[in-house]
Amino acid sequence: MITQSEPLKVKDLKSDVKPIWCPGCGDFGVLNAMLKALTDLKLDPAYVAIASGIGCSGRFPAFVNAYGFHGVHGRVLPLATGIKVANPELTVFAVGGDGDAFSIGAGHLPHAARRNVDITYIVMDNEIYGLTKGQPSPTSPVGMEKKASPYGTYDIPLNPTAMVLSYGATFVARGFSSQPRELTELIKRGVQHPGFAFLQVISPCVTFYDTYARFKDIAAPIPEDHDSSDRAAAIKLAMTTDVQYLGVFYQEEQMSHHARVDQVRDKAGSDFSLEDLLKRFVR
Amino acid sequence: MPVNDMVIRIGGESGEGIVTIGEIFVRIAAFSGLEVYTFRTFPAEILGGHVTFQARIADKPVLSQGDDIDVLVCLNQEGYDNHIHELRPGGVVLYDSTTAAPTADAGDHTLYAIPVDELARSIDFVRGRNLVMIGAMVQLFGLPLDKAEQMVRRRLGRFKDLLPKNLEALGLGYNYAQENFTQRPPVYLEPPMEAAEEGLVMTGNQALALGAITAGCRVYAGYPITPATDIMEFLAKELPKVGGVVIQAEDEIAAINMTIGASFSGVRAMTATSGPGLSLMVEAMGLASMTEIPVVIVDVQRAGPATGMPTKTAQGDLYLALYAGNDDPPRFVVAPSSVEDCFYQIINAFNLAERYQIPVIVLSDQALAPRVESCDRFRVDDVQALDRELVDLDANGDYQRYRITETGVSPMTVPGMKGGHYTAEGLEHNEKGNPNYTPEMHSAMMQKRRRKVDIARQELALWSNVVEEWGDDEAAIAVMGWGSSLGPVQEAMARAQETGLKVAALFPKVLLPMPDLRIKRFLRGRRAIIIPELNQRGQFARVIEHRYSHELIRDNIEIISLTKYQGLPFRPVEIFDKIVEVAQLLTERARID
Repeated sequence: MITQSEPLKVKDLKSDVKPIWCPGCGDFGVLNAMLKALTDLKLDPAYVAIASGIGCSGRFPAFVNAYGFHGVHGRVLPLATGIKVANPELTVFAVGGDGDAFSIGAGHLPHAARRNVDITYIVMDNEIYGLTKGQPSPTSPVGMEKKASPYGTYDIPLNPTAMVLSYGATFVARGFSSQPRELTELIKRGVQHPGFAFLQVISPCVTFYDTYARFKDIAAPIPEDHDSSDRAAAIKLAMTTDVQYLGVFYQEEQMSHHARVDQVRDKAGSDFSLEDLLKRFVR
Repeated sequence: MPVNDMVIRIGGESGEGIVTIGEIFVRIAAFSGLEVYTFRTFPAEILGGHVTFQARIADKPVLSQGDDIDVLVCLNQEGYDNHIHELRPGGVVLYDSTTAAPTADAGDHTLYAIPVDELARSIDFVRGRNLVMIGAMVQLFGLPLDKAEQMVRRRLGRFKDLLPKNLEALGLGYNYAQENFTQRPPVYLEPPMEAAEEGLVMTGNQALALGAITAGCRVYAGYPITPATDIMEFLAKELPKVGGVVIQAEDEIAAINMTIGASFSGVRAMTATSGPGLSLMVEAMGLASMTEIPVVIVDVQRAGPATGMPTKTAQGDLYLALYAGNDDPPRFVVAPSSVEDCFYQIINAFNLAERYQIPVIVLSDQALAPRVESCDRFRVDDVQALDRELVDLDANGDYQRYRITETGVSPMTVPGMKGGHYTAEGLEHNEKGNPNYTPEMHSAMMQKRRRKVDIARQELALWSNVVEEWGDDEAAIAVMGWGSSLGPVQEAMARAQETGLKVAALFPKVLLPMPDLRIKRFLRGRRAIIIPELNQRGQFARVIEHRYSHELIRDNIEIISLTKYQGLPFRPVEIFDKIVEVAQLLTERARID
């Protein structure tokens, strides 16, 4: 993490590109919490890179005065992995929506988790495809009637938090865009976590599937007596769906991907010369 | 039968050590100062299935696997039965007389019966059968025993405990041949008397990997796929030593996106795959083109479509490399033509990628990737790594990542550069990189990105190693092609010239941007252009026809596509026959005119 003594203010970190999001979109809350987290952590924005996939939330990088990469649909995790691997000094974020993370890009999640790449992955989950104007997503509840599901959805929704916990992720948390202070803290903890930090953020879509009221009703902080080093207990909490717990479900310190890469380099040694290598092929 | 130009085939079951015999024998030959060129076919299975190892050994550079088989080596009856019919008349057969017996149709072949199994058992070392056979081969074909022993030490020295036994087995085979065969085979080798020149012996994939390291590649992400995997394996061992890293990705889509991410961070990065993997990478290749991030993508082509024939060769991905991607993203395509060329062309690929901030696809193939070839030492000191130009932010107050420039190449920053932040944007964007869909901006940006291809075309005209042209300038008949069919073409042409035919040839190594000036100059005065390639529709021939239709029609030049799609590389005779056929056709036409 590269910091600076004079932290920038939120307004300096905000780019002059105006978000295209609908008024009231949960993603505004996530953006503001992220900017606050960056200033609180005194991060040098020259060393911050934000990668994103496709969806409403994919526009995120352009709104921040930091390095950004708006990639293709579903591939934000490998993209962010590449960015981090090539320069471990960078603080790397991956951001995207539920379609990007749990549908088209779902195959990358377990691998980012098991590599324990030191990136913070913020998934803005609105349970709908917003950018394409309201089709069911992998987290949409059964029975949702949309143009693409005129008789109601019938596929069972995924449980992202439980899923990622089962992948062995070393940091798993859930936040809510309507709770900016708590969300800022979660993002900060994710950044400080030396490994893959997964953050599911409930970020409702006011236009196609407004869940503000529902989540305000069922959201509750994780019970104080929860042991966040107990993965089984964390999964149990995550499996509770009538209450949506917010906070850190699980955290564990494990060697990060770049620490493991450094170990490999030590094992390989550094006595390399092209001349010697070519000698192996001299006839 | 020619002395010092020998095609040898070893056939048998996978797992019998066929490849070991072949690899060690050709290395002994190379070590003795001869030139080598191998050709392997593998079964798709790990164990079991029929394996063929073929090598050509000669005293001048070997350009192809040859036409006919002079020597057959078999360790069992099946190896004999499967290949005896492909042996040229008057060929040579070495067989294990403990396990195989010649059939009535052995014809006029010279047979050498060696009780390989029995000899190996006599020293209580059944595993040494391979070495017994190698020993006999070394003696019969005239290679020096001391070089053979040195090579066995080099190749098998890591099995310390077995080394004395291996050397004993080698000697056993050598002595058996010396004591029992007085007749020299009709084909044999005569290594040069003076010490061998210090050349290299390696495979195409090894040369590619070495070239990548030399070019400064430090991040490699890839997914296992035949026949590209050993590039990853090679780099996994070497890259960490230079502070680099190899990531085995979860799939090819992840691999290319990791490569793009790493390059965005400022490190030279590459991925390698085969056709099925390249198919998966197409969307992200477009992203690299749109965001103008340099990446190198190696496609070791294999026969397709779909899973196709993973262990068989083809040049069928040219269209994929040239045209794949929604709305035609600009990219470059490079095609090496020999093991040695793999080293230099991957360096060209990195330099082009970095300089023009563009994805570069390198087309190798299954014939080139695993084959062992002898070649000159690489001129490492001459290698120039061209870096991407990073903008000087102090001198350049108004930094715009996607500034529209005359060359199409825009100033660039990498994370860590203060004040240089931008978003690499896969949406259409303005000069700052912010999404922008106006008709004016889109067409201006499309033109800017495409301009890089034309500027690179001009620059490449000055590069020395991106086109190979040879033969008779004045010839009415010419051969054009790309990639690994260069060797067979060179050989076919040499043979045609020996018969008094005039032929010219041109192989571009960079297929996109196509070297238009060179090709247009080359076409002048020709009557017929033969284009041999290993795909069904003649992809390169169609590209040439389309791109140079004006010249071809104006000068009445005929394009003659010679395609082969059997999973096998060209034999020189196939190209030679076509040259002769076309020459006759032209003569007849001239008579009618």
